[in-house]
Parts: sequence; structure tokens; C-alpha cells
Amino acid sequence: MAEIIVVTSGKGGVGKTTTSAAIGTGLALKGHKTVIIDFDVGLRNLDLIMGCERRVVYDFVNVINGEANLHQTLIKDKRVENLSILPASQTRDKDALTQEGVQKVLDELKKTYDYIVCDSPAGIEKGAMMAMYFADRAVVVTNPEVSSVRDSDRILGILQSKTLKAEKGEAIKEHLLLTRYSPERVEKGEMLSVKDVEDILSIPLLGVIPESKAVLAASNQGAPVIMDSESDAGQAYSDAVRRLLGENVEHRFLTASKKGILSRMFGGR
Amino acid sequence: MSLIDFFKAKKKSSASVAKERLQIIVAHERTNRNQPDYLPALQQDLLAVIRKYIPIADDMVQVSLDKNDDCAVLELNITLPEAS
Repeated sequence: MAEIIVVTSGKGGVGKTTTSAAIGTGLALKGHKTVIIDFDVGLRNLDLIMGCERRVVYDFVNVINGEANLHQTLIKDKRVENLSILPASQTRDKDALTQEGVQKVLDELKKTYDYIVCDSPAGIEKGAMMAMYFADRAVVVTNPEVSSVRDSDRILGILQSKTLKAEKGEAIKEHLLLTRYSPERVEKGEMLSVKDVEDILSIPLLGVIPESKAVLAASNQGAPVIMDSESDAGQAYSDAVRRLLGENVEHRFLTASKKGILSRMFGGR
Repeated sequence: MSLIDFFKAKKKSSASVAKERLQIIVAHERTNRNQPDYLPALQQDLLAVIRKYIPIADDMVQVSLDKNDDCAVLELNITLPEAS
């Protein structure tokens, strides 16, 4: 049975697309047939993060409107087997996503894929609502910062009331993913800690992704950061994917690394 | 506790200020979360009616809706000013 995972946050710029790309790729690397759908109609970016922007011919809205079929529209990843991307439309507006249309496409995808990762746009408008409506699980991406935590709480409220599962009296499985975490700043009392955010949102922690140069380097190159297995962020995402699949993996990158005298002097990391 | 920590402890860290602020606002927003849209308007109308007779402040009328399994209770809490 295919599982639908929405990656959402409310606030923009916290790392939803980075996370969708990393988790989708991670699931595929583990051998699961995975498709990542970009729900950000009008502002598509998943294609850039995945490095397939020049291979987009048709899009999600074309499929909904019957102007193209899924086979023509899905972009197969060239690096990772079992991974496909369904790009958002860049020209239509978000009203093009109808509930019936989205359901039809998801039902079709469920036949062939194990995991359907829905990359939600920021905000709580149509695109975001459609991305979460059919979800079985939600990865709530949060930065350790007041506006992001507040928006995440708002999103949790919507997940618990305005989704198909909620309407049926069931619950979406919620996961907290804390991104752009800086243990050094937490230790100085400048940043909310993992525990602070867990206390406020009170949902299970899926992972903590440290603030990392590797994330920008990955997006510059159009390769999901999880493929950079040397990097801290890449490893943290790999751990998160394993937890998503039910493994018990200890959390890493939660404490500041001890700096040597040289790196202290020259400010290297 | 070292001497440095002792001096540091005097000033609250910005992270703990953030946590306190968040706890308050999030708790407040959660209580309003499943409330129907008409409650603020209802509250304003009630205020207007009561003000015909008694002068009272905006926050003296609290309206909330509690839903149980088979019934809903609309709770009105009207605090009158102390008799002067």
C-alpha cells in the first residue's frame, strides 16, 4: 500500500523543498519506488533542487487537465533508480489544483509507487491545503526560530482538522524535522534548543538537520543534499529517512563540535 | 556553577525569552483553533447590548464553544465592573 507523505511548514524558506528532495531521494536509495510531487504551482523549484529543470516538458496541472498523461510527465531521476519527479506548473495559478484532479493523479501514482512525497508550498492557501489533504503522514519542517515554530503549530492544527484523515476521524502521523540547527548557538543561549521546540509542538522528532554549507552547495549543483554522504546535513537526512522507515537511530549533530586552536583562530568549520 | 555562569545567569538568554513567548502565544492560539468564525462577531454584539445598560471593557465578555460527543455548550462569561 502506497504511503503519501506531505512535507509542510507554513512558513517559507525553512527547507521544505530541500527536505522533500532529500527524503524522496533517501527513500528511493533504500529501494522504495518513490515519486516527489511539487505542489507549488506558479513557483516551481523542486526541479532545480533535483537538477532536472531542463527536462520538464509537461507538469502536474497538464496531467490534472488531461493534456498529458503521467508517463509523459514524470521525470525519472538519472542518478537514482526508483525515483521520479512530478513538476509543478510554472504558468497556471494555484486554483488549477482541484481536489478531484489531485485525487485522480494520486490514485494513479499509488498503483506503481511505494512512497508519494508531496512538497507543499508555503502558506495555508489552496496549494498547501491540496498537498496535505490526502496525506497519511506529515513531515513538519521547522527552524528553531519563533515565527517558524508558531507557523508549524498552526499547520499542525490544520493537519488535525482539514485533511481527509481528520474528516474520517483518523489521525495523520506527524513528524517534526528541525532544520538549520546550530548547536553552538544553542549552547550560547542564542537559539531555541531541540527540547524547547519539542516542548512547544509536542510531536515526535524525526530528525535534526544542522545548519550546513553542504545544503547550498547541493542546491547550487542540483543534487539533493542526501547524496553528499560526507556532509553532516546529508548524514542527518539519511538518519531521518531510516527513522521514517521505522528504524531506531540515535540523533546526531546535537552538540557543538570542539574547536581546535587553529580553527578558532582562523574561523574555519 | 562556575563564577562565569553566575554572572551570565543574571541576564536571561534570548532563547529562553523566545520559548516563553512561544508557549504563551501557541497556547492562546490553540484555544481559538476549533472555534467557529462567528464567535468574535457574537462577542461584539453582546458587548454592545450590555453596554446599553452597564459600561464594561472589551475583555469583560468571554465567549467560547465547547463540543462534547453529542452536545455543544456555548459558554458566556460576563464580568461586571465592581460597583462604584
